Amino acid sequence: MLLDSLSISRAAFERGTGWQLKPEGGCRGDVCIPLSKPAGATIDVAAVARDLGMPLVKAEGRDLWALGPAAPQGRALTTAEAPDLRLPDLAGNEFRLSSLRGKKVVVYAWAPY
Amino acid sequence: MWQARRDELAPKGFELVAVGLDTVGNDGCRAFIEAAQPKHPSLIDRHHVLADLFGITNIPQSVWIDEQGVIVRPAEAAPAPPRVERRSRLEMPGQAPQRMVDMMTEAAKIPNDAAAYHAALDDWVENGAKSRFAHTPEEVIERSRPRDADHALGHAHFALACELEIRGDHAGAVRHYREAHRLVPESWTFRRQAWSLEKVGDGPLARFWQGPSPDHPEAWPYDGGWLEDVRKEGAENYTERFRP
Repeated sequence: MLLDSLSISRAAFERGTGWQLKPEGGCRGDVCIPLSKPAGATIDVAAVARDLGMPLVKAEGRDLWALGPAAPQGRALTTAEAPDLRLPDLAGNEFRLSSLRGKKVVVYAWAPY
Repeated sequence: MWQARRDELAPKGFELVAVGLDTVGNDGCRAFIEAAQPKHPSLIDRHHVLADLFGITNIPQSVWIDEQGVIVRPAEAAPAPPRVERRSRLEMPGQAPQRMVDMMTEAAKIPNDAAAYHAALDDWVENGAKSRFAHTPEEVIERSRPRDADHALGHAHFALACELEIRGDHAGAVRHYREAHRLVPESWTFRRQAWSLEKVGDGPLARFWQGPSPDHPEAWPYDGGWLEDVRKEGAENYTERFRP
């Protein structure tokens, strides 16, 4: 997830990372990792990232950071529950993967190069 | 090719979601999408969130998700349907540069399990959870790609590189793409994306060159290239084989 500030709303963090910040910790599927400080409405990204094991990289000379994925089990997937992928189509309309509940779905990655 | 598969399976409660991984965005993907005229969602992923979310490492790859939103097969090679005659992706001009001929020669050696993959897809669409190709949540996690601290850090560098490229800071992007390549050496998409931004010439092959320009090899900012890396790693290892 990309950030232009390290102080963001909990909702933005949860949407960007797919991890829910609950009283028991940062949770994804059945996995919960305790947080050193309970998360309020606004969170300190650097602290939560440290707790969850998400790497944070800053762009030199800019207020721009990239937060890498957490992989507490050493695997790309922490849960088999599909993340709610949100991406735009050519017209810029946001598509949500969850809109296809009730169908079998193949997400197919291609590239024009 | 996938469009015909999708139309065939759609009446059985199936949908295809195509995602173009390209930092260039619409300008990179538009011609291909408009030519395909898809009836299914066709999305643009400029920062490769599919790599973070699902562990996509090459293209074409797929993830299968059931009616409840549960992944039943994690990222794996997704070859084009077998019954269509396989064509090269590009029409080679009469005087194709030697590099392009060499790349096509290597590409032809890449193994392709299209028949097995598509038979499995038919079976799953027909039989759902009873299909032997649909895995349990535990198996899906176990079969998803290994990800250690270096991988996670490499993904952050990659996303940052894409954003810097989008903002016009190409030199900054190259620095972070290089870090991503070092930390996630097995990702072909991380490499191919970066190489594709170093266009050689301005014709239709510019983004497919994927390596040093013959005129200015010293200007190439990366350690490898598509032809160089495929030769080094072996075309037979370019894609993982289908595992039932």
